Amino acid sequence: MHAESEIREPLILGTKTYRQITDDIIAPIEGKASKGWYVLLTIFSLTFLWGLGCLSYTIGVGIGAWGSNNSADWAWDITNFVWWIGIGHAGTLISAVLLLFRQKWRMGINRSAEAMTIFAVMCAAIFVMLHTGRPWLDYMLFPLPNQFGSLWPNFNSPLLWDVFAVSTYFTVSLVFWYIGLIPDFGMIRDRVIKPWQKKMYSFLSFGWGGSARHWSRFEETSLVLAGLSTPLVFSVHSIVSMDFATSILPGWHTTIFPPYFVSGAVFSGFAMVLTLMLVVRKIYKLESYITIKHIEYMNIVIIVTGSIVGVAYLTELFMAWYSGVEWEQYAFLNRATGPLAWSYWCMMTCNVFSPQLFWIKKIRTSILATFILSIVVNIGMWFERFVIIVPTLLRTFLPSSWNTYTPSFIDIGIFIGTIGMFGTFFLLFSRFFPVIAQAELKTILKSSGEAQKKAAANHKHEGVSTH
Amino acid sequence: MATKQIIHGVFGDEVPMMEACKKLRASGIRIKEVFTPCPVHGLDGIIGVPRTRLAICAFLYGLTGIGLATLMMWYMMIHDWPNDIGGKPTWAYYFAVPAFIPITFESTVFCAAHGMALTYLLRCMLVPGAKAKNPDPRSTDDKFVVYLELNDEQAKKAEAILKANSVEEVNYKGTIHIEPAY
Repeated sequence: MHAESEIREPLILGTKTYRQITDDIIAPIEGKASKGWYVLLTIFSLTFLWGLGCLSYTIGVGIGAWGSNNSADWAWDITNFVWWIGIGHAGTLISAVLLLFRQKWRMGINRSAEAMTIFAVMCAAIFVMLHTGRPWLDYMLFPLPNQFGSLWPNFNSPLLWDVFAVSTYFTVSLVFWYIGLIPDFGMIRDRVIKPWQKKMYSFLSFGWGGSARHWSRFEETSLVLAGLSTPLVFSVHSIVSMDFATSILPGWHTTIFPPYFVSGAVFSGFAMVLTLMLVVRKIYKLESYITIKHIEYMNIVIIVTGSIVGVAYLTELFMAWYSGVEWEQYAFLNRATGPLAWSYWCMMTCNVFSPQLFWIKKIRTSILATFILSIVVNIGMWFERFVIIVPTLLRTFLPSSWNTYTPSFIDIGIFIGTIGMFGTFFLLFSRFFPVIAQAELKTILKSSGEAQKKAAANHKHEGVSTH
Repeated sequence: MATKQIIHGVFGDEVPMMEACKKLRASGIRIKEVFTPCPVHGLDGIIGVPRTRLAICAFLYGLTGIGLATLMMWYMMIHDWPNDIGGKPTWAYYFAVPAFIPITFESTVFCAAHGMALTYLLRCMLVPGAKAKNPDPRSTDDKFVVYLELNDEQAKKAEAILKANSVEEVNYKGTIHIEPAY
């Protein structure tokens, strides 16, 4: 058994045993859903439906239904795409990077974070598929031998790299998530009594048995997938940033973009994980597994990535001045003082100033403060993408084509709709899927369980029984 | 025709289970399989599970991914329809290769990850609709089940070893007939 320093705080609180972990994690699946769950599901699925309505309208009449115009040809759609993709970065980061660094605290949160990733990438896909204008022709994005013209897609273009990056990221995250889910579905299959549940979970569990050989292959697969996903996470948002950075627009043409986008993505992703986990731990009574310590660790990641983002903003400003390129200087002056300056300062406040509050231990260990700040960060990160895209496009080289931008009713409807879709999927996930990777959690019970740690500290060498 | 007893040694904790496995192996008893609710580190060495070669497969799938992407982009951009897009001509592969790196990387990851995942699932016969492979359903919850197939003489020896190592239950689950190999 692996022993751990007494100074490290326990990651599983109370006197838990293997059996109790099983019971706690299966409780939302076996039990009845609360009223709150139904209320939330109704709200989210109604907004989802509204979004679907707006989507159908867009497909019916074309993207003239949006507020985008000749200058701001990328606006609300790509802002939302980048925002959702950014949110989708935390899941794989938690499960892959933290696995490689052997961070045990990932185990309380990785399952939901990965689910969040998958749903967020699905939301992002809606925007990127719709912004082409004729989504029924989206298959032309792929390098098919084509009869449409005689050219292949342009492999020099970051937009095409993005097609490959996002689809690889989505499918690999999905597979990584599902492979982790199989043992937990096996546990649920062996526990549930209702026949339809038994049938459903035995189908989902693929016949999992948990033999030593399978576990050894399982761990090898998880490790290699984590090793593959780690550079994948960084590549995806780097490539998203190259959609902008390889253009010649002042304000976009910046070499700092890839690291700046990646840390921004992790920043917003962790904020979204916190927003969701604080709700999940409360509703499903998982306070013993998603502890204040977990929240504190995530807040520390938020300080680090938030500060990187802050430094990136300042570097951009400095480089604009130092480069001596007046187009570049004007682009940043326009962001900070132009007609959309309010969105710039909203971004600055939410992303640079507010996360610095987490330096205070009282704030980063307070659930209420964390919840509020996590939402503030997500608003800030939405505005970051908006600031990069819209004010820049409204003030390009030719003053005669300077313009203004207002999103249309349909634009807003689709965005709200994706939030509804995200919420609906997450609620269904948390009700029918194990929200914590219980099999993995059981491996750290002896080293990081509160009772087990206390027993070890008292030099009871036989340890506390785990059943 | 040899007859063997099927024995389940059910433990409530991995530490005595591993101790028992060590002693069983020391006395020359073959441990057919161990079913556990979570991965138990160090168990593979004790019961003699060889290290899996899945990672080698992943590496080979990754190489396949590099090869496929290179071939695809060489064919489309260099061979079939060379072009000069934005002053970036694609007359030769080595000349245009920097722009091909991102997709080559993505394709490597795509093939390695999916190839490995599929190999893992098929190697373990984890497919939709497969029957549960654990003989005792409690082994996905909190029990560690040592699964043995032994003749009568070995069975007695094994039971004694299991009982000496705080086993919770020793269950005899019937017999199987094994045709001798001619």
